[in-house]
Amino acid sequence: MDNSKIGHHISGPFNKELEDVRNKVLTMGGVVERQIELAVLAFSTGDVEMAELVIKQDSQVDTLEVAIDHECMKVLALRQPAAFDLRLLVTVIKVVNELERVGDMAERIAEMVIQLSGIDSGKHDQYFELEHMAELVQDMLHSSLDVFARMNIEDVATITGLDANVDREYGSIIRQLITRMMEDPRNITRMLDVLWIARSLERIGDHACNICEHLVYMVKGEDVRHLSQAELEQKIKG
Amino acid sequence: MTAQQVRTHSIDMSSVLRTQKKNEEPNEVCIKVENLNLFYGEKQALHGVNMEMPKKKVTAYIGPSGCGKSTLLRCINRMNDLVDNVTIEGSILLDNENIYDKSVNVAALRRRVGMVFQKPNPFPKSIFENVAYGLRIQGVNDKRILEETVERALRGAALWDEMKDRLNDNALGISGGQQQRLVIARAIAIEPEVLLLDEPASALDPISTLKIEELINELKEKYTIVIVTHNMQQAARVSDYTAFMYMGELIEIGTTSELFTNPRKKQTEDYITGRYG
Repeated sequence: MDNSKIGHHISGPFNKELEDVRNKVLTMGGVVERQIELAVLAFSTGDVEMAELVIKQDSQVDTLEVAIDHECMKVLALRQPAAFDLRLLVTVIKVVNELERVGDMAERIAEMVIQLSGIDSGKHDQYFELEHMAELVQDMLHSSLDVFARMNIEDVATITGLDANVDREYGSIIRQLITRMMEDPRNITRMLDVLWIARSLERIGDHACNICEHLVYMVKGEDVRHLSQAELEQKIKG
Repeated sequence: MTAQQVRTHSIDMSSVLRTQKKNEEPNEVCIKVENLNLFYGEKQALHGVNMEMPKKKVTAYIGPSGCGKSTLLRCINRMNDLVDNVTIEGSILLDNENIYDKSVNVAALRRRVGMVFQKPNPFPKSIFENVAYGLRIQGVNDKRILEETVERALRGAALWDEMKDRLNDNALGISGGQQQRLVIARAIAIEPEVLLLDEPASALDPISTLKIEELINELKEKYTIVIVTHNMQQAARVSDYTAFMYMGELIEIGTTSELFTNPRKKQTEDYITGRYG
């Protein structure tokens, strides 16, 4: 709907700069998505090499974060953008920060995979809840990046609504891990590592929600942070 | 950390939120434009403009060339009366009094509504006489009153320190930025209520521009200010309210921060972001 907001600038170079920033964010989003995907796969297959790759990729995410921030600062200083352009740049700075944190979470998962490989056989295909949770948060992140690409906030409430499911899954994973720890105390170290993974996935869901909130501000100019799900839905409709 | 320490460490949120509250206070209206239409001969330059300008605030008019912002500004002290073939319909209320009423003395109105133009226009007289001019034509010749007024006006225009030792120099010999501040001093010497500024800084270098902007910021303590500017960043920096005009119509007026971050109308958005309409 609002894709037209980018483009048609009287100043061609300005246009290009905004387009560039936007494309870089989508690139960064793609890299981060891939990181999570690989990290989760590394966990279920116990593939240490893949986990190491995830950790290595994180520097790519960091570089992108710094580059995009830098570019935004440059545009802010040189173009003095207003209205949608201004909101776009401020939002990008925040979204990039969230994405970087998501990258860190993927890295954390990969580290846990490596750590776990020293303790057990490495294969973890029995954690169905965890896999389901991973699918959920990947879906949330993907949809939130989609919102950014299309600049259409219609789906935002649906995405943030999924966070309740993620939290529920997280709760049940914790209960399951506690049960296993009680069954056999030798499991405790292992279960704690798995707990960290679940925790990281849960955080990714939160970051996806934050991204959505920033995007509502970008598109509508309405600050919807720290609102309940019902209030958020109201604001987006209104 | 004890609970006591936590309490003393917590931030006083009221001070953080105060600036926000300040803007929410209802403002007293100084100038109210009602259904204003203006024609230059056959050509209509203003189309049914309605707006309010609050007291002791800065209102900026922005818009492309020929959108009617200077015309509207000049209506506020009836400068358009001097143009041939002008027809004006509607009213402008200054403190609830229609300035287009037949009973209004235009000279008295212009004493209440001072104006400063794009190009500094000091008289070819001394600095002192430039500032004292308004009082002199009102018949004030008391040297003490004149000296006091000149000092007060020059201080008000942030020019006293630079000019106090050269009050008898010719005003045409000072820099453009100083001349513009001198003209502002001349305008405020007669204590108007409203100051109209028509592109006051467009012919000045960046530093002089900043000085004028700083001055505007100080002057709004005492005067209601209306400024026309092509420089949107300037409008953003100095004004409390911004009105966007296009083709003789008022498209949108709102607080400056709102208008520049989240304009309601697409035309405003297109203009301030530099897009095709």
